[in-house]
Amino acid sequence: MEFLVATAIGLLTATGLYLALRGHSFPVILGTVFLSYAVNLFLFAMGRLAVDKAPIVAEAAPYADPLPQALVLTAIVISFGMTALFVVLALRGYLETGSDRVDTLNDDGNEPEQRTSGGHTT
Amino acid sequence: MSNELLAWFPLIPLLGATLPLLFARAGRNACAVVTGAVSLSALALLLVAASSLQIGQSRSVSFEWLPQVGLSYAILLDGLGVFFAGIILVIGLLIIVYARFYLSTREPIGRFYAYLLLFQGAMLGVVLSDNILLLVVFWELTSLSSFLLIGFWRHVPEGRQGARMALVVTGGGGLLLMAGFILLGQIAGSYELSTILTRGEQVRSSPLYLPMLLLVLAGAFTKSAQFPFHFWLPHAMAAPTPVSAYLHSATMVKAGVFLLARLWPILAGTDAWFLIVTGVGLVTMLVGAWIALFKDDLKAILAYSTVSHLGLMTMLLGFGTRMAAVAAVFHILNHALFKAALFMSAGIVDHEAGTRDVRRLGGLARLMPISAGLAIVASASMAGLPFLNGFLSKEMMLEEAAHTTYAGTGWLLPALATLGAVLSVAYSARLAIATYMGPKRSDYPQLPHDPPLGLWAPVAVLIVPVVVIGLAPAWLAGPLVALTAQAVIGSAALPDYHLSLWHGFTPALYMSLIAFAVGFGLVARQAMVDGVRRRFVRPEAKRMFDVATETLIAAAQKITDGLHTNSLPRYLAFIFATILIVGAAGYGAGAALTGPRPLLPVNLPSLVVWAALALTCGVVVLTHANRLLTLILTSVVGLAVSLAFVQFSAPDLALTQISVEVVTTVLLLLALNLLPRVTLTEFSALRRMRDGAIAILGGLGAAALAFAVMTRDVASISDYHLAQSKPGGGGTNVVNVILVDFRGFDTFGEIIVLCIAALSIYALLSGALRGTAAKRLAGMLQAEEAADAHPLLLVVVTRVLLPLAITVGAFIFLRGHNQPGGGFIAGLVVAIAFVMQAVASGHAWAVARQRIDAHTMLGLGVLIAGLTGLTSILLASPFLTSAFDYFSLPLIGSFELASAMAFDLGVFLAVVGTVILSLSQIARVQARAERKPVPQGPSDIPLARSPSAAAQVSSASQAAPVANAIRGDL
Repeated sequence: MEFLVATAIGLLTATGLYLALRGHSFPVILGTVFLSYAVNLFLFAMGRLAVDKAPIVAEAAPYADPLPQALVLTAIVISFGMTALFVVLALRGYLETGSDRVDTLNDDGNEPEQRTSGGHTT
Repeated sequence: MSNELLAWFPLIPLLGATLPLLFARAGRNACAVVTGAVSLSALALLLVAASSLQIGQSRSVSFEWLPQVGLSYAILLDGLGVFFAGIILVIGLLIIVYARFYLSTREPIGRFYAYLLLFQGAMLGVVLSDNILLLVVFWELTSLSSFLLIGFWRHVPEGRQGARMALVVTGGGGLLLMAGFILLGQIAGSYELSTILTRGEQVRSSPLYLPMLLLVLAGAFTKSAQFPFHFWLPHAMAAPTPVSAYLHSATMVKAGVFLLARLWPILAGTDAWFLIVTGVGLVTMLVGAWIALFKDDLKAILAYSTVSHLGLMTMLLGFGTRMAAVAAVFHILNHALFKAALFMSAGIVDHEAGTRDVRRLGGLARLMPISAGLAIVASASMAGLPFLNGFLSKEMMLEEAAHTTYAGTGWLLPALATLGAVLSVAYSARLAIATYMGPKRSDYPQLPHDPPLGLWAPVAVLIVPVVVIGLAPAWLAGPLVALTAQAVIGSAALPDYHLSLWHGFTPALYMSLIAFAVGFGLVARQAMVDGVRRRFVRPEAKRMFDVATETLIAAAQKITDGLHTNSLPRYLAFIFATILIVGAAGYGAGAALTGPRPLLPVNLPSLVVWAALALTCGVVVLTHANRLLTLILTSVVGLAVSLAFVQFSAPDLALTQISVEVVTTVLLLLALNLLPRVTLTEFSALRRMRDGAIAILGGLGAAALAFAVMTRDVASISDYHLAQSKPGGGGTNVVNVILVDFRGFDTFGEIIVLCIAALSIYALLSGALRGTAAKRLAGMLQAEEAADAHPLLLVVVTRVLLPLAITVGAFIFLRGHNQPGGGFIAGLVVAIAFVMQAVASGHAWAVARQRIDAHTMLGLGVLIAGLTGLTSILLASPFLTSAFDYFSLPLIGSFELASAMAFDLGVFLAVVGTVILSLSQIARVQARAERKPVPQGPSDIPLARSPSAAAQVSSASQAAPVANAIRGDL
């Protein structure tokens, strides 16, 4: 079972990394969603895996580690907030510029003629 | 007086610097009075503190600041500190008076005085610090405040450039000084000056002595404008004259000399010290004096003369003899007096005649007799004429030089020192003669006359001691010089010296006589001397400095451009690759991948979910250009993740994950409706392979790491939480108790983060309703409307389910403390119930029926959670301490009420508010893109379907109608 979870984390990480390296905003956002899945699972797995040992205090000790669960619970909600913010940033950027690229290339994939750079002034 | 009061010395002006700003509206006089009062109170404190100080004694006070690095706020008041602090405060007071009359009514005098006090405090800190790291802090503070003062006239380009140059040179020197001081602290084993000063032998014999010495000297030489760093001082003359008179004659430029004097007991006496310090001082003295002879701007002459005199003091300290140290101290005092007076006089000339160019001046003695008289006396003192203070210390210098052998030759130093004296006489005489002597002219830019009392009185106050010290040095300056010199020399005895006018026919007297004769001769033959000068190469320091800085800036720009390409994929590739490399290094330790912990057996459902997840990931990577499909597949992955939580005993997580999944998918669908539906362009195959390699390596690393950890046992701190959950927190659902009780402060922070995200979303999209974004929105081509935007069945079902959904939410909320559930999950469930109404019946319909504004919900959520925490403070417990008890009601029976429940209510409201605010804001923006009228009712099924719409629906991908149904309607 540990192997399945570990490989799932690996697959989610790899997918997330690949999508995050794309040149348009939407795949990048999905990439962060995948990375959130991977990271949340990873953090959860730090409490070790346990079957049928939900941390609801009753007679049947032992329990799964509740602390990583509590941390991941808020992490999931915060991931939503982060995704929403990214999406809206991307949306606003697209509406302002008419392009959803996240690099300096034009939509046809070429370098634009003018490159903006922070020149220094005397 | 208690020693604690000493700590206030730098703080009085530093804190007082706010007062002139506050009084700026009250007028220039009030401003000047307040500023003067600040300086005066520091001076009064100094007099009280110094009155009980005997020769060779010191007082100190120390407060810990950063003991780990050896930094303490330690103030040391000894003879040298009193001497410099006195100069700083007394001349500071005169400058405050002078500046009140010098600056015009249009200039912001409050700001000027604030900078001045800031500088004064920093300077006091430099001369009174007992901790050398603290000294560096104040040292850099003087560089910064002098930058502000030099560039006070922001509209003058020379002022800005001069300020920048001074900052680069002195601030950079400060960094070298810090390096030197850290070395010194390491060598001496302490950062406290009073301790270091007792360990001279240890410092001088250390193998690190030379590098440390060079670094410390670099700091001192840059600050005191020693050759070859002298070039910044003349450019700093673009400052208002009061600044020049204060910083560039009496105080800041003396900080370097102060440092040499301060460290004299431990650093002086070695060959390296003698050769470097004496040599640099000598060269500076000659170069400065030589250039001063040919400058036409009064302030430039004074600037180079200051460079020359600073060189003289440096040279004296370099000699390393006790007598020379006494002479240096005496000259510091004398120079501060006559040079500040001369700078102020130059300011008067500029103020009255409208120019500082000596070629356009002359004859001023007849027009402004008082100020001319004062300035001529000061010039004479600078030239070293008898009966004035400058004569005495110059004689002492010549006397010392006459006995010093440099580079193996006995005559070199005396000869060059005499040459310096010659040049000094020459430029002083030229200054006085060209400005004040001769006939009246008719072509002054404005007709000069004596200025108001406020301008010349400060000069007069300085000229009195110039004359009195010249006549009766032992009476006026004797005690102060003795006190100071003893502090410089340290534990050794003061040499046998006499401050007096007449020392008999000594070598110094002959050298002085030569200096007078040749010096006046040079002035008479000015043209010829100028011809000699023109034959030399004259390197332009400013140009070299500019070229150097521009080269550096260009190089920095190039590096920045290379790294900062405005390309997110590039940045992320760098970041990911770096993490990979660091992570791979971690694996280098070579531990086994599999640990001893027994593995759990695999079951079939898990295997199926795993396979679905793996397959989905693969498809996502391959088909991500089709964004809608990718989005749907992403939610499949989310589902698989929540199933994993179910499997591995995390019911709370599973509930949270699945409800967040719903909300996220709706959000992304909404956004996708405004963004391009497909990705048109892709990177080259090579680039994709590179990205793929990074992704695969990253995935392998994460998987291996997770596996390695999961197969090893762990000692967790959770046992405490499990044990205390019921007795301490009153709940059996440990995860929820941790969230609202054990780690409630964390959760409080998290809901605030959520609220900030929601408000940022609101702000970001509100802006999109105006300007370019709004135009683009309005022009956006919409896909054909789905035939039935609000399917009747969906509308009916969601409305029927709403009360039920809210009941479920309430149930989940209430049981959360003991069973899976709680504020987060309940908030998501209720938010989904509301969102579904908007999905089914339209955004406009839902908004019209929304009673509580989402902003209100956010605010209430944080407020309730925060008040719950504050209540426990009122009950004298720490923030967010929880309490619970059991109550019983008829019919319902026994139940529990916990304060944590109120906190959870806050969480609940914040989550509902965040979700609704984010989603409805996107829907609101989308309504702008609507080209057709927004459907008014939930059941607006058109009676006739257009043929094109039917064709569109059938040909589009199966998921498209879903998106269209939601679009614009939430």
